[in-house]
Order: sequence, then structure tokens, then C-alpha cells
Amino acid sequence: MTIETYDPAPPRGTPDWLWYLGVPTAAVALYLVYGQLIPFSEWVTSLFPVARDSHTGEAIAFFVYDVPKVLLLLTGIVFVTGVLRSWFSPEKTRAILAGKREIWGYPLASLLGVLTPFCSCSSVPLFIGFVSAGIPLGVTFSFLIAGPMVGPVGLGLLYGLVGWQIATLYLVFGFTIATVAGFVLGRMGLERHLQDWVRELNAGPVGDLPEEQLTLVDRLKIGAEQVREIVGKVWIWVLVGIGIGAAIHGYVPEAMMLQIMGGEAWWSVPVAVAVGVPMYTNAAGVIPIVEALLGKGAALGTTLAFMMSVIALSLPEMIILKQVLKLRLIAIFIAVVAGGILATGFLFNAIL
Amino acid sequence: MKTVNIYGPGCARCETTGKMVKEVAARLGIEVEVLKVTDAKSMAMAGVMSTPGISVDGKLVHAGGLPDAGKLEGWLTT
Repeated sequence: MTIETYDPAPPRGTPDWLWYLGVPTAAVALYLVYGQLIPFSEWVTSLFPVARDSHTGEAIAFFVYDVPKVLLLLTGIVFVTGVLRSWFSPEKTRAILAGKREIWGYPLASLLGVLTPFCSCSSVPLFIGFVSAGIPLGVTFSFLIAGPMVGPVGLGLLYGLVGWQIATLYLVFGFTIATVAGFVLGRMGLERHLQDWVRELNAGPVGDLPEEQLTLVDRLKIGAEQVREIVGKVWIWVLVGIGIGAAIHGYVPEAMMLQIMGGEAWWSVPVAVAVGVPMYTNAAGVIPIVEALLGKGAALGTTLAFMMSVIALSLPEMIILKQVLKLRLIAIFIAVVAGGILATGFLFNAIL
Repeated sequence: MKTVNIYGPGCARCETTGKMVKEVAARLGIEVEVLKVTDAKSMAMAGVMSTPGISVDGKLVHAGGLPDAGKLEGWLTT
């Protein structure tokens, strides 16, 4: 029997050679445009009838420089990440974690949390899939904390906007918090605080999917698809974040910033966490704000604590997890992660 | 008559997947019933960890991301 081939839409019929040619060309084009951003932003700012060194001039320059810069960086990072992640899947990750001795499970889960593609909308089936495969609860938490907290988008933007030193610190501490928080949660014996149906669930045999064979072009397509989906979704957060960053950059006096978020004010770290937890945006939106805060002299620990609590703990995610975790466990989860973030904030303010 | 389950919490991609299944089936002249499965418990029981997942007549064939139209044909015809 022959099956006629089916071509759903013309754009999917892009020949392979066009991908091999197009991706490097796009990379070079992005790079060249990226190099022209400062002259471009200065030119745009000069079109406004304000003095360049006035408050408004500073804010405008920040905005018109950061918007194209962040969008270009975001596109590149999301593409590369999408391609790299096509080698990973939740199913493979589960198979790896299920076979590991517990103590190595935590750092490994944190690492895989960064590499495995999953969207928060499927964190419930993923959670159940892990727990029912015998992966300890704490190890599962390490995975779920690391995923959003140390995401490539956040790291890449931090690298581009604030510098590699701080991006590296963030990576190391985000990873450590995920590992340690998972370990602590694992030691607390919290299984009884799972929703009853989750504990009773004797998940049947794990869905055994044949591994899909992907060609390099398939992987490039996945990257491009990710760009369309993610950049298409977060650009509005980016604009809002840069708008706030520009306002801080242009109008907030440094003396005031030092008083509120300087290293002297010890209480600023808990306040930053308390403000950050209920806030919900993604990394792309919060990092331009971080850039502006640091530029005005905010203490590094306080700023990192703010950023981590905004990204790692969010209300929508908690509502999703409510399906599988009892309220008490959610509270413990938030407390442990927030504790780790607080410790990180204090540590940086103390040593720097 | 084949029964196709689409597992997913109702995201845009799950909707698109359901539409693709119906289109491919209609074109191949296969009668299908497409069911949306949105609760986490049933997803877990079926072994779906990344959405959208697809099962045909109770057998899981795909999880995570939009399916490839060519493969979809294969799943529906075997």
C-alpha cells in the first residue's frame, strides 16, 4: 500500500539547503546589526527635542538602545537553546534520574532542569510522571526549581546586559539553591502532603515512546519554532521591563537608590524577596530592570535576590502545582526556596 | 473507527494538534473520534509528561510539541 505524501502548507516545504544557508546568514546579520546599536540609539535620541544628558534624554537613550539589543539577544539565545534542547526530553530525563543514587540525584536534576525542554503548563503531568517513576520528591523539586530559575534566557540576557561575572555568579548560585532546596525538601519527608489522589496513583507502565529520529534540519526548525513562539510571547514583557528600567535609569536619584537598595540597608534583602515573590514576569522582563538598578548603585545581593524571587517563584506556577501538592507543602516549598534566595542575597551584600 | 486522545491542558498547541488529526483523517478517509483529555490524572495514567500527547486507540504515539503531519498519517493508518 502506498501512502500519498501530504504537504500541509507551502512554507514547510523549505528545502534543506536553505536552512543550512539561512541560519549562518541570519547569525552574521544579527551580529552586524548588534554592533551598530550604540550609534543607532544615539541617533534616535538626538531626534528628540531634549538634551542628551537630561533625565528624559537618558531615559530615551536607555530605551532605544535596550529594546533592539534585548530582542536581538533573545532571538539568538532562544534559537540556540531550542536546537540544543532538541537532544533532551522529559522522558529521557526521567529515565536518567530514575536510575540514580539519591545523593547524586539532586545536582543532576538541577542540571537536567536547565537542559530539558518543558513548559510550565505541563509541570503537573511531569511532576506525576517523575514521582510515579520512583524519583524522590526532593529530586523532583530540584528539577522544578532549576528549570525556570537558571533558564538560558535569563542567563543570556544577564550576560549581554550586565556582564559575564554576574551571569556566572547567578548561574552558580541558582544551581546551588535548586540543589540544596531539593535536598532539604527531600529530607523533610513530605510525601504525606501530596494530594491524596497522587499518592494513591499507581501510574501504569510508563508510556514507552519510540525515540524520534531528528535530522539537523529538524533541530534547526525546532529552534526557529521556539523563536516564533517565545519571542512572540515575551516581547511585551520586554518592552514593559525596559520601560521601567529606563525610568529608573533616567529619573531615580542615586542617593535614594543607595538608601533603599544599598548594601547598608540589611532589611532591603527580605523586602526585595517579599516584593519579588508575588511579582510575575519572566526573565526577559526583569533583567532590564536589574541592569538599571545595578547601574544606580543598588547592592548586588539585594538585586540578585529580587531577580531570583521574581523568576523562580510565581503565583501562576503555584496554582498549577496546587493540583498535586497540598497547600502546606506549597508553603514549605516557597519558604525553603525563599530562604535560599535570602541567604544568597545576604552573602553577596556581606562579601562585596 | 479510531479513537484519538489529545492530552493537554488546553493550550494553543493542543488545539492545533486536534485540528491536524481531524484534517489528516478526513483526507485519508479514516473515521476518527477526537477526544480532549485535560485532567492531570488521566495524563499521568497514560504516561504523558510533555504536552500535547497523542494516543490512537489507547496506544500512546506522541508526546511533546506539534506532531509531524507525515508521522500522523502513519499512526492513523496502522
